[in-house]
Amino acid sequence: MSVTTDQRLEASAPSRREARRQRRGVGHASTGYAFVAPFMVVFVAMLVLPLAYAAYLSLFQERLIGGTVFAGLGNYTRALTDPRLLDGVGRVALFFVIQVPVMLVIALVAALAIDSGLLRAAKAFRLGIFLPYAVPSVVAALMWGYLYGRDFGPFSQLAGDLGLPAPKFLTSSWMLGSLANVVTWEFTGYNMIILYAALRAVPHDLYEAAAVDGAGAIRTAWSIKIPALRPALLVCVIFSVIGSFQLFNEPQLMQRLAPSVIDSGYTPNLYAYSLAFTGQEVNYAAAVSFLLGAVIVVASYAVLFVTTRRSRS
Amino acid sequence: MTDRRSNVLTVCMVVLVIYFLLPLFWLVIASTKNVGDLFSSFGLWFAHDFSFFSNVHDTLTNNGGVFARWMGNTVFYSVVSAGGAAFLCALGGYGFAKYRFRGNSAMFGLVLGAIMVPTTALAIPTYLLFSKAGLVNTPLAIILPSLVSPFGLYLMRIYAQDAVPDGIIEAARIDGASEFRIFFQVALRLLAPGVVTVLLFTLVATWNNYFLPLIMLNNPDLYPVTVGLAAWSSQAGAGGGTTGAVLSLVITGSLLSVVPLIAAFLLLQRYWQSGLASGGVKA
Repeated sequence: MSVTTDQRLEASAPSRREARRQRRGVGHASTGYAFVAPFMVVFVAMLVLPLAYAAYLSLFQERLIGGTVFAGLGNYTRALTDPRLLDGVGRVALFFVIQVPVMLVIALVAALAIDSGLLRAAKAFRLGIFLPYAVPSVVAALMWGYLYGRDFGPFSQLAGDLGLPAPKFLTSSWMLGSLANVVTWEFTGYNMIILYAALRAVPHDLYEAAAVDGAGAIRTAWSIKIPALRPALLVCVIFSVIGSFQLFNEPQLMQRLAPSVIDSGYTPNLYAYSLAFTGQEVNYAAAVSFLLGAVIVVASYAVLFVTTRRSRS
Repeated sequence: MTDRRSNVLTVCMVVLVIYFLLPLFWLVIASTKNVGDLFSSFGLWFAHDFSFFSNVHDTLTNNGGVFARWMGNTVFYSVVSAGGAAFLCALGGYGFAKYRFRGNSAMFGLVLGAIMVPTTALAIPTYLLFSKAGLVNTPLAIILPSLVSPFGLYLMRIYAQDAVPDGIIEAARIDGASEFRIFFQVALRLLAPGVVTVLLFTLVATWNNYFLPLIMLNNPDLYPVTVGLAAWSSQAGAGGGTTGAVLSLVITGSLLSVVPLIAAFLLLQRYWQSGLASGGVKA
């Protein structure tokens, strides 16, 4: 009797393990740790630790008298009422709200056009639009800076030839738009490729069914392709949230062309940088960095939440 | 009907592509001009003098050939970072995809959440930690933070799930191969396209990185080309008699710095496309 139960136990144990294996992967726990350990060690050292350190630093303040003292949430209350930081956050939020839709609409239209089969030399178009992604943002900002320039920028030259006033790309009312143009130039192609790749994955029998129903190219794009792109669009929006709110390279480089327009608090990231490296306010800079990270995570989750809720209803 | 339609669309796309290629076209034109022509001739067409080769010569020899050094640094930082990051992601992604262990999903969730942590918010605390550890102003200050790619790990995990069938692992195990031998001799080959994708993206990210080296380095000999060009451009903007000469160095240097990555992208089209595909479709 006991032998048979033992046998049955032995027989059932591997099969249960088998079932588990089929649910996810194969192999033993200890080897699993060995595989993920190198990544996790570097991850903790280079990502978790600096974040924790920033959190720790942000709780202290440097005073003229008494040195560094514990300040609790003092830096955070200061940040939340700091008009320069709030202006910067407002500016990048405005930037996000205008630049990202423009960029994504261009990327979407380009991806649909290239996917439609109505274009000649579609591959060349795809490559031409994507190429700026390979250009470092430093070089992009420098190039556009010269193109915007009043001395020898071709736009000023053209306007001069036509007897028109030179466009004021680098004035305070145009600057945000000029920066938005640089960022759009850099990243439209990247987003287009993500959307294009997603379009390629849409099952083609859907198109055939639509064609049988008499749908034209535009109707197919609107009713089948765009809904199928929802997850890919979401990825684009999330990456754009992260990118917009940490805007730094472009304004920092344009600052040299228009120092009176772009001050050290033009974007939150520029502000954190100048606090830490010019103002020597390391603790406050840590609080600002930490808050900025929190804003980005919250904004990303808000985008996720809004979009998934809308798709459910 | 269809034909006319495609012509309209083609014209629209041509206009769009002109916009995206215009600054690069300008860069090529401007790099062929001497300083005087840069200011006096029309920006979007060649001037009378063709000074491209003397501009390249000046760029490469200015300040004891520091530009070549910056390019070398950029290549070194980005190849080492990308290689290391891709290897860590391959190992980790495979581990997360193919092994069951306590904390698997919790750890993976943590990494996934970290995709949203902005790199620039990390840079300042990382700088402060590194300056305590004496790592500031060393190549490690650029390479170490670039080794972590949460998005790369995510891509590799998705990729490993489909690309390495469990049956192959079981078969290799029955043949008596150790787990790491299975990874290096069997799985890694199947993972190769995914690894190349992560490699390419980390390479571009490190190559184009500006904020981190700007913070971490103040020795010009260690600059990558992005920080070097920005330094030259602020010299050019600072005014004074020699400003014009530096300006043409910035322009020609920008062109030279862009060429390798564009060449790499043209050669490796197949990979970046499939890579972006897996990121966008599966998420």
